[in-house]
Amino acid sequence: MGYPHKSHARETPILSQHFGDSDAISLAGWRQRGGYRALEQALGMSPTDITNIVKESGLRGRGGAGFPTGLKWSFMKVGDGKPHYLCCNADESEPGTFKDREIMRWTPHALIEGCAIASHAMGAETAYIYIRGEFTEPLERMNAAVTEAYSEGVLGKNALGSGRRIDVHVHKGAGAYICGEETALMNSLEGRRGNPRIKPPFPAASGVFGQPTTINNVETLAAVPHILNNGAEWYKQMCLSSPKSTGSKLYSVCGNVRRPGTYEVVMGFPFKDFLYDLCGGPPVGRKFKAIIPGGASVPIQTMEEAEATLMDYEGFVAKGTMLGSGGVICLDDTQCMVKQIGRLARFFAHESCAQCTQCREGTAWTTKIVERIEAGEGTTADLDTLLSIADNMTGKTICVLSDSCAVPVVSGIQKFRDEFMAHITQKRCPYRTTPARSAAA
Amino acid sequence: MSDVTLTIEGRQVQVAPGTSILEAAKTAGILVPHYCYHPALPIPALCRMCLVEVEKAPKLMPACQTAVADNQVVHVHSAKAQEARKGVLEMLLINHPLDCPICDQSGECELQDYTYAEGRADSRYKEAKRFNPVEDFGGDVMYVANRCILCTRCVRFMEDVAHDPVLTVSERGDRALIGKFEGHDLTHPWAGNVVELCPVGALLSKDFLNKARAWELDRSASICPNCTQGCNATIETRDNVVVRLRPRVNDDVNSYFLCDQGRLDYRWLNRRDRVTAPSVRGQHADWSLAVAAAIDALAGRSLHVLASPMLPNEALFLLGRLIKRLNGKGWFTVKQGPEAPLDGVTDLALRADRAANVKGAELFGFTRTKDAASILTGLGDGDVLIVADEELAGYNGAPPKAGAFVVVGTTQPSWVPSTAIVLPTTNMAEEEGTFTNLRGRVQRYLQAKAAPGESRPTYAVLSDVLIAAGEPANYMLASEVFAAITAAYPSFAGMSYDTLALKGAVIR
Repeated sequence: MGYPHKSHARETPILSQHFGDSDAISLAGWRQRGGYRALEQALGMSPTDITNIVKESGLRGRGGAGFPTGLKWSFMKVGDGKPHYLCCNADESEPGTFKDREIMRWTPHALIEGCAIASHAMGAETAYIYIRGEFTEPLERMNAAVTEAYSEGVLGKNALGSGRRIDVHVHKGAGAYICGEETALMNSLEGRRGNPRIKPPFPAASGVFGQPTTINNVETLAAVPHILNNGAEWYKQMCLSSPKSTGSKLYSVCGNVRRPGTYEVVMGFPFKDFLYDLCGGPPVGRKFKAIIPGGASVPIQTMEEAEATLMDYEGFVAKGTMLGSGGVICLDDTQCMVKQIGRLARFFAHESCAQCTQCREGTAWTTKIVERIEAGEGTTADLDTLLSIADNMTGKTICVLSDSCAVPVVSGIQKFRDEFMAHITQKRCPYRTTPARSAAA
Repeated sequence: MSDVTLTIEGRQVQVAPGTSILEAAKTAGILVPHYCYHPALPIPALCRMCLVEVEKAPKLMPACQTAVADNQVVHVHSAKAQEARKGVLEMLLINHPLDCPICDQSGECELQDYTYAEGRADSRYKEAKRFNPVEDFGGDVMYVANRCILCTRCVRFMEDVAHDPVLTVSERGDRALIGKFEGHDLTHPWAGNVVELCPVGALLSKDFLNKARAWELDRSASICPNCTQGCNATIETRDNVVVRLRPRVNDDVNSYFLCDQGRLDYRWLNRRDRVTAPSVRGQHADWSLAVAAAIDALAGRSLHVLASPMLPNEALFLLGRLIKRLNGKGWFTVKQGPEAPLDGVTDLALRADRAANVKGAELFGFTRTKDAASILTGLGDGDVLIVADEELAGYNGAPPKAGAFVVVGTTQPSWVPSTAIVLPTTNMAEEEGTFTNLRGRVQRYLQAKAAPGESRPTYAVLSDVLIAAGEPANYMLASEVFAAITAAYPSFAGMSYDTLALKGAVIR
């Protein structure tokens, strides 16, 4: 549902059905709403059968990469004698994204149930929910829910009386974007500096504490109980477009938009209808200028592109961007694109872990140049330099933070070159009425 | 498993499976430029300098971390790989001060080298450079943060080799710099190695600071003489003065490392209070007269030799022959200090025995004593004492009362009367020779600087003495003495200066 707004008729509220319903937070309330039936069912099934259902459903990772979930689970060799771990990535630090927050605030048991099913399916006894440091309310709710689940025997050495041990630990991060990168998350969980690790080895071979590990996003895991309850076929049917994208997807919408909030629609939903119909379009008297549809690290779309997009993994790619985390950032015609791109670059520069040269230096350099252009001190040569730096920052580092910083810059310069040129030729920001602060500030 | 065959820069390379592309390239004589990679440290693959093009791989691969595979085709110098390196170099330089003219690392700086080789000629960076103050890291180490490229070699050395995790990367993004943990300093006895490991001028030796430019130095392969470990070292001199000792790689002895004691205890090689001319009873004498006087002094007296365990095998061997011929006795004492291991390397430590050739002294028949003073005071008129470069530091007993004294050494100890016969010798930096380390490894060192005055290598002086005493000992070169050792001692059999080369060999 379009939390905090009433559900729109064209939404498909599955994960978001109980958002805003404070009775759904407790274990009893969750049970009344059909909770933990899927876990009961799963504990009576073989891990392979569960994995196969998830594979069949076509569920793909909701954190951003869109990797098929069932396939990921199948990399965990059940019974290899090693302890297996599940990590739930609840770091949700992608700017513009707050869908996992709502899941944890309103339906914490949905996540615990998903974690427990996934743990069983990949032979793990321990699941960690790595929650970002800034999420104080979701943290409280998750902690309370886990305590409740233990006291009711849902978790623990005899989960739901199955004889299987399933432990869930909630781990609070310290507030770093990079800890949402799966290998950095594992380092952070182990008490190390949150630096991404080099791959290979992949987590399924050597993850947390050097043991086979799978990392799944909150939304991915929360979808699993529904798939078990209603069947793979039901989930697969939820698709208006490409059969490679199935199910429903949460989108968090923010920025210059009439009704910001968290929406849930099926794959393939027309983006134009989503923006204007569900979200209410731009504020009164303004027009949308650009959309960043999947969190800060995906390419910026022009409205022409956005309005022609079908909302699924392939649909966004076809229109020059990515589904990403589903964090839709709307920018209207009062926004200076140069300033917004500079702001995004500044975020990545601040959050770079400082390992790889191109990222450590490139993100900061990019920020300085874009902010200088915004301040009216740029030249056309700076645009070429920015593109060249972006090229150096793409595909050459341990993780993709560096690429993520390059993405809005490159797409911004390509699609909104006039705005950059206006700053350069007018030697000021055309959107500013007050004098620009110095670029050096 | 059988070897993997791959092609690097058009050359066929055969290496063991699991070898990195970077190491495989080395075997073909191809250097893949790199910063963070060091063969003695864990691989973080973070500088991204060693990116190479591997055919069929979707993107450039870090050569340090990518294992070889059969039929791989690797391009180190393709346009794509060179472009990537150029990009890394530009990024490394944007915040680098370019103060090479006043930087100690200049001339031996990998950032400088690779930038000259394949960096951009200009900089596109117009913004202000990052600034951080210079920091004293404790021990012998100074940190110039502005020059740091965050390769983390120092962090990994302290954590994974020294097992004393004092350093870390502080901050994130371009604010990042190497930091010390609160209340800790680089006081580990091996911490000075971070200076060598640093590929740029960020970590500098306070001792060497502003002493010399790298290109003014003359370098000689040597052995650190400061303990029985026998770490392979390079002696660096400027204008005939030793200014620095650095580690030289030897996997069987010291890996890539040298302890701070070894690194910093070199000033005695530059002593100015040397004896530089042969003399008899305080009067300058020709070498032939002085040697003849020594023979006279030896005649009819019973011979006692106090030898330094810092002397090479060659000198100790010839002294041993003199002792045997004259039926004398030989002693040595060893300076002691606390043992300090480097945990991450097997059998590597600063040893308690602080002398280079304790093993050699034992092999050539000298007796170890803790009480040289009572030997000295026990001497009488019928005795002659040869003091072979042993000062017996701290000796404050009564002057010994031997009938005659012969000094074969670099200095005249204060307790030796001025009537002694003095035959001046070179110190280890001024000659070549071999030491036997505590594990019996015989290792060569080469001459690093010129000897002062008329001083001559100990083996040469002793050869003259032996000849004068009637023994066939016509040795012109240290290698000839060593050949005599191998003939006389079965444990040395089969060795020669040529086969020892610069890595040494273990006695049987």
